[in-house]
Amino acid sequence: MCTITPISLTVGANRIVPTIAIPHPLGNPNLPMDKEYILRYALVEKALKALQTEITEQTIFE
Amino acid sequence: MIKIVHYINQFYGGIGGEEFAGHKPEIREGVVGPGLGLSTQLKGKAEIVATVVCGDTYFNENVEEAKAAVIAMVKKYNPDIFVAGPAFNAGRYGVACGAICQAVKNELNIPVVTAMYPENPGAEMYVKDVYMIQTKNSAADMRKALPALGKFITKLINKEEIGSPAEDGYIPRGIRVNYFNEVRGSTRAVDLLVKKLRGEEFETEYPMPIFDHVEPHAPVVDMKNAKIAIVTSGGIVPKGNPDHIESSSASKYGKYDLTGFDDLTSETHETAHGGYDPTYANFDSDRVIPVDVLRNMVKEGKIGSLHNYFYTTTGNGTAVANAKKWGAEIAQELVADGVTAVILTST
Repeated sequence: MCTITPISLTVGANRIVPTIAIPHPLGNPNLPMDKEYILRYALVEKALKALQTEITEQTIFE
Repeated sequence: MIKIVHYINQFYGGIGGEEFAGHKPEIREGVVGPGLGLSTQLKGKAEIVATVVCGDTYFNENVEEAKAAVIAMVKKYNPDIFVAGPAFNAGRYGVACGAICQAVKNELNIPVVTAMYPENPGAEMYVKDVYMIQTKNSAADMRKALPALGKFITKLINKEEIGSPAEDGYIPRGIRVNYFNEVRGSTRAVDLLVKKLRGEEFETEYPMPIFDHVEPHAPVVDMKNAKIAIVTSGGIVPKGNPDHIESSSASKYGKYDLTGFDDLTSETHETAHGGYDPTYANFDSDRVIPVDVLRNMVKEGKIGSLHNYFYTTTGNGTAVANAKKWGAEIAQELVADGVTAVILTST
């Protein structure tokens, strides 16, 4: 899970989930805490989905 | 007089460190920061007429907007040459230097050059399109980097032919150039083979490129019973950074117990990372490693369990060889501990 996905591709990561921003990949300080939690939950859900997906090459899960 | 526009980041622009990395691009008349040393190398043959200063985080998070804004600024000065950096091993700065050089070259059709350490991610991403003077991995190399950069720019000014990477000090771009060798290929091949068989030193004429290619692992079939572990290069550590993991160029990684932590707070955890503004991670480290969400997902039955330990280091300036070694060690432990899958977060 990372924000600068081209770097993840360069280093050979296979399942890549784009995130919010460099200093807070899994959060957004502009949101109220409860909304921020929902955002983070959705991102982790996306990561779990990526882990359960059959892939044959490097894949960015938008 | 040849006109040059120079691109630097917020740090070299004197605006500030990480807390100012979100700074939007601005242009200033004349030389700023390293441009001063660079202009003395040009010995009056060229003048740095303006300097673009842009925050590294801003550039990387808003690549298209940043490129468009910088190009518009550069265009006004109608320069003959565009220079960015040197970026050394600063990852986001290197990516920005590579990206903006490529964009200026394509849009304004003028020669461009930057300088960085070959392991900088910006090198691999843009070296095919942009001449990059090879530097060492820290700004301590500035006194050598600027003369090398100056020498290359002088070649551009004089419209001299650019030589091989070894001759002109730039990072190899993976381009082959035809030339006549006095000894024919078959003889050279046999000579190499004989040297190899004798155990003597030999230098290949065509080094194989190094690709980091990993076969994708099979997907997780039974997520409800899976054990998930967290690994991060975002530098999250227990408050106080007990093992003193370095804020950059880390020499180690940490392994920390998550038992009893359902939600990371500013009381319990912080980041040791010196390559991004730590304010947000220090306030709530779940923003980098989502412990709160994963704990709840265990309760909800979405995943089987969260591995008791998380692994962490600071990923900025860290040697690739070290990172590879640690990754292998961490993976081995995780497998031994029965971990099904890993979520790796990166800042």
